[in-house]
Amino acid sequence: MSSVRSRRLAQFAWRFAAAAAVCVVLFGLALTLGAANTSWREAWMALLTSSHDGNLQMIREIRLPRVTGAMLVGAALAVAGAVMQGMTRNPLADPGLLGLTAGANAALTLAMILFPAAGYSGFMLACLIGAAAGSVFAFGLASVSKGNLFPARMVLAGAAVSAFLYAISDGAALRYKIARETSLWKSAGLVGADWSQIRVVLPAIAAGLILSLLLAGPLNVLSLNEESAVGLGQRTALVRASLFAAIVLLAGASVALAGNLAFIGLMVPHVARAFVGTDYRYVLPISAIGGAGFMTAADLLARTIHAPYETPVFSIAAVVGLPFFLLIVRRKGRVMP
Amino acid sequence: MSRLLSSRRSSLWLLLLALLIVVTLVVGAGLGPSSVSYDRLIPTVLGQGTFKEEFVLFTIRLPRMILTLLAGMALAASGSILQGVMRNDLADPGLIGINAGAGVGVTLFYLFLPMEAGAFAYLLPIAAFGGALLAAALIFLFAYERRFGIQPSAVVLSGVGFSMALSGLMMILISSGDRVKVDFISKWLAGNVWGTDWTFIGALLPWVAVLLPLTLFKACSLNLLAFSEAVAIGSGVAVARERALLLLIAVGLAGSAVSVAGGISFIGLMAPHIAKALAGPRQQATLPLSALTGGWLLLLADTIGRNLADPDGVPAGVMAALIGAPYFLYLLWKK
Repeated sequence: MSSVRSRRLAQFAWRFAAAAAVCVVLFGLALTLGAANTSWREAWMALLTSSHDGNLQMIREIRLPRVTGAMLVGAALAVAGAVMQGMTRNPLADPGLLGLTAGANAALTLAMILFPAAGYSGFMLACLIGAAAGSVFAFGLASVSKGNLFPARMVLAGAAVSAFLYAISDGAALRYKIARETSLWKSAGLVGADWSQIRVVLPAIAAGLILSLLLAGPLNVLSLNEESAVGLGQRTALVRASLFAAIVLLAGASVALAGNLAFIGLMVPHVARAFVGTDYRYVLPISAIGGAGFMTAADLLARTIHAPYETPVFSIAAVVGLPFFLLIVRRKGRVMP
Repeated sequence: MSRLLSSRRSSLWLLLLALLIVVTLVVGAGLGPSSVSYDRLIPTVLGQGTFKEEFVLFTIRLPRMILTLLAGMALAASGSILQGVMRNDLADPGLIGINAGAGVGVTLFYLFLPMEAGAFAYLLPIAAFGGALLAAALIFLFAYERRFGIQPSAVVLSGVGFSMALSGLMMILISSGDRVKVDFISKWLAGNVWGTDWTFIGALLPWVAVLLPLTLFKACSLNLLAFSEAVAIGSGVAVARERALLLLIAVGLAGSAVSVAGGISFIGLMAPHIAKALAGPRQQATLPLSALTGGWLLLLADTIGRNLADPDGVPAGVMAALIGAPYFLYLLWKK
């Protein structure tokens, strides 16, 4: 028993290290490549020295916060997706598909209208509240509907809730003439990310990640079914509430930093499961690393495909994510909504 | 007997809806940033208005309202067909990704083919149709299983995925284009009725004028297709052919409407349901009702939307989602 356990742990450690190594390489690439030509040496110098050479300053103040932001957001969304998939026992769960992103988005717009002077931390708070409201909306609707909650129905409810919340957001933005600001914020991805924003978002994402990792064991039990969770002596209400808080922190802070993103939370955990099985104690850390790596790569693509112009990172994630979505739909395709 | 009764009831509703549309048209004609007062409407129509009144009414307001009306009718008929053929109450050309496909078609066409202004309007629906057809084909391909045929639930699900990914693709295409065009396309994406010009009505009208009667003509096979596969085959419908034809019509209607009116969802979802509630399940009765309901809904949404905010108003697509999404959730909850 214990030798099986330790062998699995060793396997996991090996894979985690491999994923982390890939992530570090991507990090290096992301610092080196971009609209302005820089070398590995310069990226290295920017990290380790305090010299104020032109390019070094640029890397430190523009690229580094952006790449850091990408990693944070990627990790946050991937872990949020994995936790949601476990909690709802729905392989199609994703913060972007189930209304959290749209909720944060609508709240952000409303906050910009009502409290234009709230500042960055105020807007992030609005995003958190919005993400919570959006998910309560989608989950709540799904749970009051009669009968079992099929994955397909949940995605449909999420799509409709999202459409509604985006419409509120767009309509209000146009009505109060802040459409330019809000659309800049939402579709810009990580374009304007700077250190002051990272400082605000970091605690929320860190708290969400730590909370999720701590609760990975109970999440395993919860992902089986409600009865066995109760039968095994779990305080399901408390665990659910804590995991819910973690999701809201992760998804809300991601929207505050990077705007709308979908499919990352869907895709990354499934890839992670292919590598380390279904145990959430392994799936969550691998998802975090994988999400960070994926998002770094996507953001790198976003700013290099048409450099010096930006391609919305949202679209890159959506195009890459679709095949995964279709694959999962097809595998579970025989569930009726 | 009951059939007679139902057809009498549906013609009563048809009359009522036509009346509603006329009232909305009249009210809408007087509303806007530059007002044409209601007692001046009739003289202006008869050609006795001032230049300003004539300009506002005939070049700005009327084309836009007629265009919205036509687009709403097309979307509603498309939704009716999709719901019947796919036996899924939640089907809507916007939700299942046909609109996004049309969007990719229009974007490609607009960004990469240089075009004279005159031909532009007429080629637009064709480009949209091409994109929409490709998207629909892909969506159905992914929802097809050899043993079960097309899986209705999988169509809607993969449609949700496709519509997100295709919008993403559109954004990637857009961001490679030049800035002026980008601005235009992103407005179009939000469901802004921009073809406020008689030319665009000329571009859309042929599609609606041909495809809408064709749909009514096919109402009978639509009735039978709505039953199970076995019943449809048993009653002598060439299932595969009829289904393909009807889907083609649905894609054509949605694509042409979207090409001039922008990405509008939920009209094709709501209108058929309202029509069914009013006139029962017979498509001969519900199809015309559905079309009129859709036209009226979109007209109403746009009339409210364009007066909510100046100078450009709130896009009709946004208004339609505000009304339609709660309705969708209600349907989902009830089922």
